[in-house]
Amino acid sequence: MLTKKQVEHVALLARLELNEEEKEMYATQLSAILEYIDALEKLDTENVPPTAHVLPLKNVFREDSVCEHLPNEKALSNAPDKEENCFRVPKIQ
Amino acid sequence: MQLNSLTAHELHDKLVNKEVSSVEITEDVFKRIDQVDDKVKAFVTLTKEQALAKAAEVDARISGGDKIGPLEGIPVVIKDNMCTEGVLTTCSSKMLHNFVPPYSATVVEKLQAAGAVIVGKANMDEFAMGSSTENSRFFSTRNPWDTDCVPGGSSGGSAASVAADETIYSLGSDTGGSIRQPASFCGVVGLKPTYGTVSRYGLIAYASSLDQIGPFAKDVRDCAQIFNVIAGHDPKDSTSAEFEVPDYTSILTGDVKGLRIGIPKEYFIEGTDPKVLQLVQDAINKFEAMGAVCEEATLPHTEYALPVYYLIAPAEASSNLARYDGVRYGYRDETAEDMITMFKRTRSEGFGTEVKRRIMLGTYALSSGYYDAYYLKALKVRTLIRQDFDRAFEKFDLLISPTSPTPAFRFGEKADDPIQMYLSDVFTISLNLAGIPGISIPCGFSNGLPVGLQLMGKPFGEGTLFKAAHAFEQSTGYYKMKPNL
Repeated sequence: MLTKKQVEHVALLARLELNEEEKEMYATQLSAILEYIDALEKLDTENVPPTAHVLPLKNVFREDSVCEHLPNEKALSNAPDKEENCFRVPKIQ
Repeated sequence: MQLNSLTAHELHDKLVNKEVSSVEITEDVFKRIDQVDDKVKAFVTLTKEQALAKAAEVDARISGGDKIGPLEGIPVVIKDNMCTEGVLTTCSSKMLHNFVPPYSATVVEKLQAAGAVIVGKANMDEFAMGSSTENSRFFSTRNPWDTDCVPGGSSGGSAASVAADETIYSLGSDTGGSIRQPASFCGVVGLKPTYGTVSRYGLIAYASSLDQIGPFAKDVRDCAQIFNVIAGHDPKDSTSAEFEVPDYTSILTGDVKGLRIGIPKEYFIEGTDPKVLQLVQDAINKFEAMGAVCEEATLPHTEYALPVYYLIAPAEASSNLARYDGVRYGYRDETAEDMITMFKRTRSEGFGTEVKRRIMLGTYALSSGYYDAYYLKALKVRTLIRQDFDRAFEKFDLLISPTSPTPAFRFGEKADDPIQMYLSDVFTISLNLAGIPGISIPCGFSNGLPVGLQLMGKPFGEGTLFKAAHAFEQSTGYYKMKPNL
Protein backbone atom coordinates (compact mmCIF):
# COMPACT_ATOMS: atom_id res chain seq x y z
CA MET A 1 0.00 0.00 0.00
CA LEU A 2 1.35 3.38 -1.02
CA THR A 3 1.43 5.83 1.87
CA LYS A 4 0.23 9.41 1.64
CA LYS A 5 3.83 10.48 2.07
CA GLN A 6 4.93 8.42 -0.95
CA VAL A 7 2.11 9.88 -3.04
CA GLU A 8 3.23 13.38 -2.05
CA HIS A 9 6.82 12.56 -3.00
CA VAL A 10 5.83 11.20 -6.43
CA ALA A 11 3.56 14.21 -7.04
CA LEU A 12 6.48 16.51 -6.26
CA LEU A 13 8.72 14.65 -8.74
CA ALA A 14 5.98 14.95 -11.38
CA ARG A 15 5.34 18.62 -10.57
CA LEU A 16 1.74 17.97 -9.64
CA GLU A 17 -0.20 19.60 -6.82
CA LEU A 18 -2.78 17.24 -5.35
CA ASN A 19 -5.55 18.02 -2.90
CA GLU A 20 -6.26 15.72 0.07
CA GLU A 21 -9.03 13.89 -1.75
CA GLU A 22 -6.80 13.23 -4.78
CA LYS A 23 -3.95 12.03 -2.57
CA GLU A 24 -6.24 9.47 -0.99
CA MET A 25 -7.72 8.39 -4.32
CA TYR A 26 -4.34 7.96 -6.00
CA ALA A 27 -2.90 6.13 -2.96
CA THR A 28 -5.71 3.56 -3.15
CA GLN A 29 -5.83 3.25 -6.95
CA LEU A 30 -2.08 3.19 -7.53
CA SER A 31 -1.71 0.56 -4.79
CA ALA A 32 -4.33 -1.61 -6.53
CA ILE A 33 -2.59 -1.21 -9.89
CA LEU A 34 0.83 -1.98 -8.39
CA GLU A 35 -0.58 -5.05 -6.71
CA TYR A 36 -1.90 -6.18 -10.09
CA ILE A 37 1.51 -5.50 -11.61
CA ASP A 38 3.22 -7.60 -8.92
CA ALA A 39 2.18 -10.66 -10.98
CA LEU A 40 5.41 -10.06 -12.92
CA GLU A 41 7.45 -11.13 -9.89
CA LYS A 42 6.47 -14.74 -10.58
CA LEU A 43 8.59 -14.76 -13.73
CA ASP A 44 12.28 -15.53 -13.69
CA THR A 45 13.85 -12.93 -15.98
CA GLU A 46 17.43 -13.28 -14.74
CA ASN A 47 18.83 -14.06 -18.21
CA VAL A 48 16.31 -12.21 -20.36
CA PRO A 49 17.54 -9.09 -22.16
CA PRO A 50 15.25 -6.03 -21.94
CA THR A 51 13.33 -4.73 -24.98
CA ALA A 52 13.15 -0.94 -24.90
CA HIS A 53 12.25 -0.80 -28.55
CA VAL A 54 10.96 -3.35 -31.09
CA LEU A 55 12.88 -2.21 -34.17
CA PRO A 56 16.56 -3.11 -34.55
CA LEU A 57 17.49 0.58 -34.76
CA LYS A 58 20.85 2.00 -33.75
CA ASN A 59 21.77 5.67 -33.97
CA VAL A 60 20.13 7.33 -36.95
CA PHE A 61 22.41 9.89 -38.53
CA ARG A 62 21.90 12.55 -41.15
CA GLU A 63 24.14 15.01 -42.92
CA ASP A 64 25.05 17.96 -40.71
CA SER A 65 23.53 20.49 -43.06
CA VAL A 66 21.28 23.48 -42.48
CA CYS A 67 17.63 22.55 -43.04
CA GLU A 68 14.35 24.37 -42.88
CA HIS A 69 13.28 25.22 -39.36
CA LEU A 70 10.40 27.00 -37.67
CA PRO A 71 10.84 30.77 -37.81
CA ASN A 72 10.91 32.40 -34.33
CA GLU A 73 7.58 34.05 -34.89
CA LYS A 74 5.86 30.71 -35.51
CA ALA A 75 7.68 28.99 -32.65
CA LEU A 76 6.43 31.73 -30.32
CA SER A 77 2.91 31.84 -31.76
CA ASN A 78 1.42 29.71 -28.96
CA ALA A 79 3.39 31.24 -26.08
CA PRO A 80 1.20 32.16 -23.09
CA ASP A 81 3.55 35.11 -22.54
CA LYS A 82 6.49 36.43 -24.55
CA GLU A 83 8.85 39.36 -24.75
CA GLU A 84 11.43 40.33 -27.38
CA ASN A 85 11.52 36.97 -29.16
CA CYS A 86 11.66 35.02 -25.88
CA PHE A 87 9.22 32.98 -23.79
CA ARG A 88 8.40 34.93 -20.64
CA VAL A 89 7.89 33.11 -17.31
CA PRO A 90 7.23 34.16 -13.71
CA LYS A 91 10.31 34.78 -11.56
CA ILE A 92 12.46 31.81 -10.63
CA GLN A 93 12.87 31.51 -6.87
CA MET B 1 -28.21 9.31 -52.88
CA GLN B 2 -26.37 9.86 -49.62
CA LEU B 3 -22.79 9.96 -50.75
CA ASN B 4 -21.49 10.11 -47.18
CA SER B 5 -22.48 6.46 -46.62
CA LEU B 6 -20.25 5.13 -49.42
CA THR B 7 -16.65 3.92 -49.32
CA ALA B 8 -13.66 5.81 -50.70
CA HIS B 9 -13.21 3.38 -53.60
CA GLU B 10 -16.89 3.64 -54.55
CA LEU B 11 -16.69 7.43 -54.46
CA HIS B 12 -13.42 7.46 -56.37
CA ASP B 13 -15.08 5.55 -59.23
CA LYS B 14 -17.97 8.02 -59.23
CA LEU B 15 -15.58 10.98 -59.28
CA VAL B 16 -13.60 9.51 -62.16
CA ASN B 17 -16.83 8.84 -64.10
CA LYS B 18 -17.97 12.40 -63.31
CA GLU B 19 -21.18 11.08 -61.74
CA VAL B 20 -20.58 13.18 -58.63
CA SER B 21 -18.32 16.01 -57.52
CA SER B 22 -16.11 16.24 -54.47
CA VAL B 23 -18.13 19.26 -53.34
CA GLU B 24 -21.32 17.15 -53.42
CA ILE B 25 -19.64 14.42 -51.37
CA THR B 26 -18.32 16.97 -48.88
CA GLU B 27 -21.72 18.69 -48.61
CA ASP B 28 -23.38 15.34 -47.89
CA VAL B 29 -20.84 14.70 -45.15
CA PHE B 30 -21.54 18.05 -43.47
CA LYS B 31 -25.31 17.60 -43.90
CA ARG B 32 -24.99 14.29 -42.05
CA ILE B 33 -22.91 15.93 -39.33
CA ASP B 34 -25.64 18.58 -38.91
CA GLN B 35 -28.24 15.83 -38.62
CA VAL B 36 -26.58 13.41 -36.21
CA ASP B 37 -23.58 14.92 -34.45
CA ASP B 38 -25.59 16.36 -31.57
CA LYS B 39 -26.24 12.68 -30.73
CA VAL B 40 -22.79 11.26 -31.59
CA LYS B 41 -20.55 14.19 -30.59
CA ALA B 42 -17.55 12.94 -32.52
CA PHE B 43 -15.87 16.27 -33.22
CA VAL B 44 -13.79 18.76 -31.31
CA THR B 45 -13.31 20.98 -34.38
CA LEU B 46 -14.94 21.13 -37.82
CA THR B 47 -13.13 22.67 -40.79
CA LYS B 48 -16.04 23.06 -43.21
CA GLU B 49 -14.78 26.10 -45.07
CA GLN B 50 -11.35 24.63 -45.80
CA ALA B 51 -12.95 21.29 -46.70
CA LEU B 52 -15.28 22.79 -49.28
CA ALA B 53 -12.44 24.88 -50.74
CA LYS B 54 -10.27 21.77 -51.07
CA ALA B 55 -13.16 19.84 -52.65
CA ALA B 56 -13.73 22.61 -55.20
CA GLU B 57 -10.01 22.51 -56.02
CA VAL B 58 -10.21 18.77 -56.73
CA ASP B 59 -13.36 19.25 -58.83
CA ALA B 60 -11.52 21.84 -60.91
CA ARG B 61 -8.71 19.36 -61.48
CA ILE B 62 -11.18 16.70 -62.60
CA SER B 63 -12.98 19.01 -65.02
CA GLY B 64 -9.59 20.12 -66.30
CA GLY B 65 -9.00 16.51 -67.34
CA ASP B 66 -6.44 15.64 -64.63
CA LYS B 67 -6.13 12.06 -63.44
CA ILE B 68 -6.93 11.91 -59.72
CA GLY B 69 -5.51 9.66 -57.00
CA PRO B 70 -7.58 7.14 -55.02
CA LEU B 71 -8.10 9.41 -51.98
CA GLU B 72 -8.34 12.67 -53.89
CA GLY B 73 -11.49 14.65 -53.09
CA ILE B 74 -12.52 12.15 -50.39
CA PRO B 75 -13.41 13.43 -46.89
CA VAL B 76 -11.33 12.31 -43.87
CA VAL B 77 -11.43 12.97 -40.13
CA ILE B 78 -8.22 13.26 -38.08
CA LYS B 79 -7.87 12.33 -34.42
CA ASP B 80 -7.18 15.45 -32.39
CA ASN B 81 -3.69 14.33 -31.37
CA MET B 82 -2.22 14.81 -34.86
CA CYS B 83 -0.92 18.29 -35.59
CA THR B 84 -2.73 20.24 -38.30
CA GLU B 85 -1.05 23.52 -39.19
CA GLY B 86 -3.35 26.45 -38.40
CA VAL B 87 -6.12 24.17 -37.04
CA LEU B 88 -6.71 23.69 -33.31
CA THR B 89 -5.17 20.43 -32.00
CA THR B 90 -6.24 19.78 -28.41
CA CYS B 91 -5.66 16.10 -27.51
CA SER B 92 -9.09 16.64 -25.87
CA SER B 93 -7.20 18.24 -22.99
CA LYS B 94 -7.51 21.53 -21.15
CA MET B 95 -3.71 21.56 -21.39
CA LEU B 96 -3.89 22.11 -25.17
CA HIS B 97 -7.33 23.73 -25.39
CA ASN B 98 -5.88 26.67 -27.34
CA PHE B 99 -2.99 25.00 -29.20
CA VAL B 100 -2.79 25.85 -32.90
CA PRO B 101 0.18 23.91 -34.31
CA PRO B 102 2.68 25.84 -36.44
CA TYR B 103 3.29 22.69 -38.53
CA SER B 104 1.47 19.54 -39.68
CA ALA B 105 2.11 15.89 -38.85
CA THR B 106 3.69 13.87 -41.67
CA VAL B 107 0.49 11.80 -42.07
CA VAL B 108 -1.53 15.01 -42.48
CA GLU B 109 0.92 16.29 -45.08
CA LYS B 110 0.74 12.95 -46.90
CA LEU B 111 -3.05 13.01 -46.95
CA GLN B 112 -3.07 16.63 -48.12
CA ALA B 113 -0.61 15.77 -50.88
CA ALA B 114 -2.95 12.93 -51.86
CA GLY B 115 -5.81 15.44 -52.20
CA ALA B 116 -7.76 14.48 -49.07
CA VAL B 117 -10.57 16.74 -47.84
CA ILE B 118 -10.16 17.24 -44.07
CA VAL B 119 -13.56 17.44 -42.36
CA GLY B 120 -12.40 18.07 -38.81
CA LYS B 121 -10.66 16.82 -35.70
CA ALA B 122 -12.06 13.92 -33.70
CA ASN B 123 -12.70 13.72 -29.96
CA MET B 124 -10.58 11.26 -27.96
CA ASP B 125 -9.61 10.25 -24.45
CA GLU B 126 -7.35 12.99 -23.10
CA PHE B 127 -3.81 12.44 -24.45
CA ALA B 128 -5.05 9.07 -25.83
CA MET B 129 -5.29 7.61 -22.31
CA GLY B 130 -8.47 5.63 -21.99
CA SER B 131 -10.72 3.02 -23.55
CA SER B 132 -14.08 4.79 -23.72
CA THR B 133 -13.53 8.45 -24.74
CA GLU B 134 -15.05 9.32 -21.34
CA ASN B 135 -11.68 10.86 -20.43
CA SER B 136 -12.08 13.70 -22.97
CA ARG B 137 -11.99 16.95 -20.99
CA PHE B 138 -14.67 18.41 -23.28
CA PHE B 139 -17.48 15.82 -23.66
CA SER B 140 -18.00 12.10 -24.24
CA THR B 141 -18.53 10.72 -27.73
CA ARG B 142 -21.42 8.26 -28.03
CA ASN B 143 -21.64 4.94 -29.82
CA PRO B 144 -23.76 5.33 -33.01
CA TRP B 145 -25.22 1.84 -32.47
CA ASP B 146 -26.53 2.73 -29.00
CA THR B 147 -26.00 6.24 -27.71
CA ASP B 148 -26.15 4.99 -24.09
CA CYS B 149 -22.91 3.11 -24.78
CA VAL B 150 -19.32 4.26 -25.19
CA PRO B 151 -17.69 4.22 -28.64
CA GLY B 152 -14.53 2.74 -27.16
CA GLY B 153 -11.29 4.62 -26.99
CA SER B 154 -9.06 6.31 -27.08
CA SER B 155 -9.85 7.05 -30.78
CA GLY B 156 -13.60 7.13 -30.04
CA GLY B 157 -14.44 10.15 -32.20
CA SER B 158 -12.51 8.75 -35.18
CA ALA B 159 -14.37 5.41 -34.95
CA ALA B 160 -17.83 6.88 -34.27
CA SER B 161 -17.59 9.41 -37.11
CA VAL B 162 -16.93 6.59 -39.62
CA ALA B 163 -19.68 4.36 -38.18
CA ALA B 164 -22.17 7.26 -38.27
CA ASP B 165 -21.24 8.12 -41.89
CA GLU B 166 -20.09 11.57 -40.78
CA THR B 167 -16.97 10.96 -42.87
CA ILE B 168 -15.70 8.40 -45.38
CA TYR B 169 -12.70 7.36 -43.31
CA SER B 170 -10.54 8.62 -40.47
CA LEU B 171 -7.18 8.35 -38.77
CA GLY B 172 -6.63 7.25 -35.20
CA SER B 173 -3.68 6.23 -33.06
CA ASP B 174 -3.17 2.97 -31.19
CA THR B 175 -0.90 2.60 -28.14
CA GLY B 176 -2.59 -0.40 -26.49
CA GLY B 177 -5.71 -0.92 -28.60
CA SER B 178 -6.95 2.63 -29.23
CA ILE B 179 -7.78 1.94 -32.89
CA ARG B 180 -8.86 -1.71 -32.77
CA GLN B 181 -11.07 -1.57 -29.66
CA PRO B 182 -13.19 1.41 -30.84
CA ALA B 183 -13.33 -0.11 -34.35
CA SER B 184 -14.74 -3.24 -32.70
CA PHE B 185 -17.24 -1.27 -30.57
CA CYS B 186 -18.43 0.83 -33.54
CA GLY B 187 -18.52 -1.92 -36.18
CA VAL B 188 -15.89 -0.53 -38.56
CA VAL B 189 -12.49 -1.68 -39.85
CA GLY B 190 -9.48 -0.46 -37.84
CA LEU B 191 -5.79 -1.16 -38.44
CA LYS B 192 -2.89 -0.85 -36.01
CA PRO B 193 0.09 -1.10 -38.37
CA THR B 194 3.52 -2.55 -37.61
CA TYR B 195 5.51 -0.22 -35.37
CA GLY B 196 7.59 2.09 -37.55
CA THR B 197 5.56 1.80 -40.77
CA VAL B 198 3.69 5.10 -40.31
CA SER B 199 5.57 8.23 -39.28
CA ARG B 200 4.86 9.56 -35.79
CA TYR B 201 6.20 13.02 -36.64
CA GLY B 202 3.56 15.48 -35.44
CA LEU B 203 1.63 12.84 -33.48
CA ILE B 204 1.43 14.16 -29.93
CA ALA B 205 3.30 11.49 -28.00
CA TYR B 206 1.78 9.28 -25.32
CA ALA B 207 4.12 6.24 -25.16
CA SER B 208 6.63 6.55 -27.97
CA SER B 209 7.75 2.92 -28.20
CA LEU B 210 4.11 1.79 -28.59
CA ASP B 211 2.23 4.61 -30.40
CA GLN B 212 1.27 3.99 -34.02
CA ILE B 213 -1.09 5.84 -36.37
CA GLY B 214 -3.59 3.87 -38.46
CA PRO B 215 -6.85 4.10 -40.43
CA PHE B 216 -10.53 3.53 -39.66
CA ALA B 217 -12.51 2.57 -42.76
CA LYS B 218 -15.85 1.20 -43.91
CA ASP B 219 -14.26 -1.79 -45.63
CA VAL B 220 -10.91 -3.54 -45.93
CA ARG B 221 -10.21 -2.25 -49.45
CA ASP B 222 -10.38 1.34 -48.19
CA CYS B 223 -8.23 0.43 -45.20
CA ALA B 224 -5.54 -1.00 -47.52
CA GLN B 225 -5.75 2.02 -49.80
CA ILE B 226 -5.33 4.48 -46.92
CA PHE B 227 -2.38 2.46 -45.62
CA ASN B 228 -0.81 2.66 -49.10
CA VAL B 229 -0.84 6.43 -48.74
CA ILE B 230 0.23 6.92 -45.11
CA ALA B 231 2.89 4.19 -44.81
CA GLY B 232 6.55 4.75 -45.58
CA HIS B 233 9.86 5.90 -44.17
CA ASP B 234 10.09 9.46 -42.84
CA PRO B 235 13.46 11.07 -42.07
CA LYS B 236 11.67 13.28 -39.53
CA ASP B 237 10.85 10.22 -37.36
CA SER B 238 14.04 8.48 -36.26
CA THR B 239 12.04 5.37 -35.28
CA SER B 240 10.54 5.10 -38.75
CA ALA B 241 11.34 1.85 -40.58
CA GLU B 242 12.94 1.61 -44.02
CA PHE B 243 10.79 -0.73 -46.11
CA GLU B 244 9.11 -1.05 -49.49
CA VAL B 245 5.43 -0.09 -49.55
CA PRO B 246 3.68 -2.43 -52.01
CA ASP B 247 0.22 -1.74 -53.42
CA TYR B 248 -1.76 -3.40 -50.64
CA THR B 249 -5.01 -3.34 -52.65
CA SER B 250 -3.48 -5.67 -55.25
CA ILE B 251 -3.32 -8.43 -52.60
CA LEU B 252 -7.11 -8.57 -52.06
CA THR B 253 -7.78 -11.71 -54.06
CA GLY B 254 -10.33 -13.33 -51.74
CA ASP B 255 -8.20 -16.47 -51.74
CA VAL B 256 -7.17 -17.77 -48.31
CA LYS B 257 -6.66 -21.42 -49.28
CA GLY B 258 -3.84 -22.96 -47.31
CA LEU B 259 -3.43 -19.90 -45.05
CA ARG B 260 -2.23 -21.11 -41.65
CA ILE B 261 -4.26 -19.48 -38.89
CA GLY B 262 -3.36 -19.89 -35.22
CA ILE B 263 -5.93 -19.63 -32.44
CA PRO B 264 -4.04 -18.56 -29.32
CA LYS B 265 -5.69 -20.44 -26.46
CA GLU B 266 -4.77 -17.74 -23.93
CA TYR B 267 -7.15 -15.34 -25.74
CA PHE B 268 -10.21 -17.48 -25.09
CA ILE B 269 -10.58 -16.84 -21.40
CA GLU B 270 -13.22 -16.73 -18.71
CA GLY B 271 -14.90 -13.35 -18.45
CA THR B 272 -15.26 -13.00 -22.20
CA ASP B 273 -18.85 -12.47 -23.34
CA PRO B 274 -20.21 -15.88 -24.55
CA LYS B 275 -21.74 -14.29 -27.64
CA VAL B 276 -18.35 -12.77 -28.53
CA LEU B 277 -16.73 -16.20 -28.18
CA GLN B 278 -19.41 -17.75 -30.35
CA LEU B 279 -19.01 -15.14 -33.11
CA VAL B 280 -15.24 -15.62 -33.13
CA GLN B 281 -15.76 -19.40 -33.36
CA ASP B 282 -18.14 -18.79 -36.29
CA ALA B 283 -15.42 -16.72 -37.94
CA ILE B 284 -12.87 -19.51 -37.45
CA ASN B 285 -15.34 -21.96 -39.06
CA LYS B 286 -15.80 -19.52 -41.93
CA PHE B 287 -12.05 -19.33 -42.54
CA GLU B 288 -11.84 -23.13 -42.52
CA ALA B 289 -14.73 -23.35 -44.98
CA MET B 290 -12.78 -20.98 -47.25
CA GLY B 291 -9.79 -23.33 -47.17
CA ALA B 292 -7.63 -21.88 -44.40
CA VAL B 293 -6.04 -24.24 -41.89
CA CYS B 294 -6.92 -23.28 -38.30
CA GLU B 295 -5.08 -24.80 -35.34
CA GLU B 296 -4.55 -24.02 -31.68
CA ALA B 297 -1.58 -21.75 -30.94
CA THR B 298 -0.01 -20.65 -27.69
CA LEU B 299 1.28 -17.28 -26.45
CA PRO B 300 2.25 -18.35 -22.93
CA HIS B 301 3.11 -14.90 -21.51
CA THR B 302 -0.23 -13.29 -22.47
CA GLU B 303 -1.34 -12.84 -18.85
CA TYR B 304 1.65 -10.56 -18.23
CA ALA B 305 0.94 -8.18 -21.12
CA LEU B 306 -1.40 -5.89 -19.21
CA PRO B 307 0.92 -5.45 -16.19
CA VAL B 308 3.88 -4.85 -18.54
CA TYR B 309 1.89 -2.28 -20.50
CA TYR B 310 0.81 -0.45 -17.35
CA LEU B 311 4.45 0.03 -16.41
CA ILE B 312 5.97 0.86 -19.80
CA ALA B 313 3.22 3.14 -21.14
CA PRO B 314 2.91 5.30 -18.00
CA ALA B 315 6.71 5.43 -17.66
CA GLU B 316 7.06 6.76 -21.20
CA ALA B 317 4.06 9.03 -20.69
CA SER B 318 5.47 10.58 -17.51
CA SER B 319 8.54 11.53 -19.49
CA ASN B 320 6.71 12.65 -22.67
CA LEU B 321 4.21 14.76 -20.75
CA ALA B 322 6.91 16.55 -18.77
CA ARG B 323 6.99 19.06 -21.63
CA TYR B 324 3.62 20.54 -20.59
CA ASP B 325 4.79 23.24 -18.24
CA GLY B 326 2.88 26.32 -19.41
CA VAL B 327 5.98 27.95 -20.89
CA ARG B 328 5.87 27.50 -24.67
CA TYR B 329 2.28 26.61 -25.58
CA GLY B 330 -1.06 25.50 -24.18
CA TYR B 331 -2.63 26.25 -20.83
CA ARG B 332 -0.86 28.32 -18.18
CA ASP B 333 -1.99 29.06 -14.65
CA GLU B 334 -1.87 32.84 -14.31
CA THR B 335 -2.11 33.04 -10.52
CA ALA B 336 1.34 31.75 -9.54
CA GLU B 337 4.04 34.26 -8.67
CA ASP B 338 7.02 31.97 -9.12
CA MET B 339 7.91 29.46 -11.79
CA ILE B 340 7.79 26.17 -9.85
CA THR B 341 4.32 26.99 -8.51
CA MET B 342 3.29 27.94 -12.07
CA PHE B 343 4.48 24.52 -13.32
CA LYS B 344 2.59 22.66 -10.60
CA ARG B 345 -0.68 24.56 -10.93
CA THR B 346 -0.58 24.48 -14.73
CA ARG B 347 -0.10 20.71 -14.75
CA SER B 348 -2.59 20.00 -11.95
CA GLU B 349 -5.34 22.01 -13.64
CA GLY B 350 -4.37 21.26 -17.24
CA PHE B 351 -4.36 17.44 -16.91
CA GLY B 352 -7.40 15.32 -16.05
CA THR B 353 -7.68 12.49 -13.53
CA GLU B 354 -6.56 9.57 -15.74
CA VAL B 355 -3.63 11.48 -17.21
CA LYS B 356 -2.43 12.42 -13.73
CA ARG B 357 -2.94 8.82 -12.59
CA ARG B 358 -0.65 7.55 -15.36
CA ILE B 359 1.93 10.29 -14.82
CA MET B 360 2.01 9.36 -11.11
CA LEU B 361 2.30 5.65 -11.89
CA GLY B 362 5.07 6.20 -14.45
CA THR B 363 6.98 8.59 -12.23
CA TYR B 364 6.81 6.08 -9.38
CA ALA B 365 7.98 3.20 -11.61
CA LEU B 366 10.98 5.23 -12.80
CA SER B 367 11.85 6.73 -9.43
CA SER B 368 15.02 5.95 -7.56
CA GLY B 369 14.88 2.52 -5.88
CA TYR B 370 12.00 1.18 -8.00
CA TYR B 371 13.45 1.31 -11.51
CA ASP B 372 14.84 -2.24 -11.53
CA ALA B 373 11.86 -3.82 -9.81
CA TYR B 374 9.29 -2.23 -12.09
CA TYR B 375 10.50 -0.64 -15.31
CA LEU B 376 13.46 -2.91 -16.09
CA LYS B 377 11.43 -5.98 -15.12
CA ALA B 378 8.68 -4.86 -17.53
CA LEU B 379 11.16 -4.41 -20.39
CA LYS B 380 12.43 -7.95 -19.80
CA VAL B 381 8.96 -9.45 -19.82
CA ARG B 382 8.29 -7.46 -22.98
CA THR B 383 11.05 -9.56 -24.58
CA LEU B 384 9.28 -12.76 -23.52
CA ILE B 385 6.02 -11.50 -25.06
CA ARG B 386 7.78 -10.74 -28.35
CA GLN B 387 9.39 -14.16 -28.36
CA ASP B 388 5.97 -15.78 -27.92
CA PHE B 389 4.85 -14.14 -31.17
CA ASP B 390 8.11 -14.99 -32.98
CA ARG B 391 7.58 -18.65 -32.10
CA ALA B 392 3.89 -18.64 -33.08
CA PHE B 393 4.68 -17.04 -36.45
CA GLU B 394 7.17 -19.80 -37.26
CA LYS B 395 4.12 -22.00 -37.60
CA PHE B 396 1.30 -19.62 -38.55
CA ASP B 397 0.70 -16.84 -41.10
CA LEU B 398 -1.65 -15.04 -38.76
CA LEU B 399 -3.39 -15.34 -35.42
CA ILE B 400 -7.05 -14.74 -34.65
CA SER B 401 -8.91 -13.60 -31.49
CA PRO B 402 -11.72 -11.39 -30.28
CA THR B 403 -10.71 -7.69 -30.41
CA SER B 404 -12.21 -6.99 -26.98
CA PRO B 405 -13.77 -9.33 -24.38
CA THR B 406 -17.16 -7.57 -24.61
CA PRO B 407 -19.15 -5.35 -26.96
CA ALA B 408 -19.46 -1.63 -26.09
CA PHE B 409 -20.26 -0.99 -22.42
CA ARG B 410 -22.44 1.72 -20.88
CA PHE B 411 -21.28 5.16 -19.81
CA GLY B 412 -19.98 5.14 -16.25
CA GLU B 413 -19.87 1.34 -16.08
CA LYS B 414 -16.08 1.16 -15.72
CA ALA B 415 -15.21 4.80 -15.11
CA ASP B 416 -14.45 4.39 -11.40
CA ASP B 417 -12.39 1.22 -11.64
CA PRO B 418 -9.17 1.72 -13.61
CA ILE B 419 -8.29 -1.98 -13.74
CA GLN B 420 -11.71 -2.99 -15.12
CA MET B 421 -11.32 -0.31 -17.78
CA TYR B 422 -7.78 -1.48 -18.62
CA LEU B 423 -9.07 -5.07 -19.07
CA SER B 424 -11.08 -4.05 -22.15
CA ASP B 425 -7.69 -3.84 -23.92
CA VAL B 426 -6.46 -7.25 -22.73
CA PHE B 427 -6.44 -8.75 -26.28
CA THR B 428 -4.94 -5.77 -28.07
CA ILE B 429 -2.09 -4.67 -25.81
CA SER B 430 0.38 -7.49 -26.58
CA LEU B 431 0.58 -6.42 -30.24
CA ASN B 432 1.85 -2.96 -29.30
CA LEU B 433 4.42 -4.48 -26.95
CA ALA B 434 5.62 -6.81 -29.75
CA GLY B 435 5.33 -4.12 -32.46
CA ILE B 436 3.24 -6.37 -34.74
CA PRO B 437 0.22 -5.33 -36.85
CA GLY B 438 -3.40 -6.07 -35.99
CA ILE B 439 -6.70 -5.37 -37.68
CA SER B 440 -10.21 -5.40 -36.23
CA ILE B 441 -13.08 -6.23 -38.58
CA PRO B 442 -16.81 -6.60 -37.87
CA CYS B 443 -17.81 -10.25 -37.25
CA GLY B 444 -21.42 -9.98 -36.05
CA PHE B 445 -23.60 -8.52 -33.33
CA SER B 446 -24.37 -9.17 -29.68
CA ASN B 447 -27.71 -7.63 -28.59
CA GLY B 448 -27.56 -5.15 -31.43
CA LEU B 449 -23.97 -4.07 -30.68
CA PRO B 450 -21.12 -4.79 -33.10
CA VAL B 451 -18.41 -7.32 -32.24
CA GLY B 452 -14.90 -7.18 -33.67
CA LEU B 453 -12.58 -9.94 -34.82
CA GLN B 454 -8.86 -9.30 -34.42
CA LEU B 455 -6.33 -10.66 -36.89
CA MET B 456 -2.66 -10.43 -35.84
CA GLY B 457 0.18 -10.54 -38.34
CA LYS B 458 3.93 -10.83 -38.59
CA PRO B 459 5.95 -7.60 -38.52
CA PHE B 460 5.35 -5.88 -41.89
CA GLY B 461 2.73 -8.56 -42.63
CA GLU B 462 -0.13 -6.10 -43.30
CA GLY B 463 -0.64 -7.64 -46.75
CA THR B 464 -1.62 -11.01 -45.26
CA LEU B 465 -3.95 -9.28 -42.77
CA PHE B 466 -5.70 -7.33 -45.53
CA LYS B 467 -6.04 -10.43 -47.70
CA ALA B 468 -7.61 -12.55 -44.94
CA ALA B 469 -9.76 -9.69 -43.59
CA HIS B 470 -11.04 -8.88 -47.07
CA ALA B 471 -11.92 -12.52 -47.82
CA PHE B 472 -13.84 -12.78 -44.53
CA GLU B 473 -15.61 -9.46 -45.00
CA GLN B 474 -16.72 -10.24 -48.55
CA SER B 475 -18.10 -13.63 -47.55
CA THR B 476 -20.00 -12.36 -44.50
CA GLY B 477 -21.11 -8.81 -45.29
CA TYR B 478 -21.33 -7.52 -41.67
CA TYR B 479 -19.44 -4.42 -42.74
CA LYS B 480 -22.48 -3.28 -44.75
CA MET B 481 -24.68 -2.97 -41.65
CA LYS B 482 -25.41 0.61 -40.58
CA PRO B 483 -26.64 1.98 -37.23
CA ASN B 484 -30.05 3.66 -36.97
CA LEU B 485 -29.43 7.20 -35.83
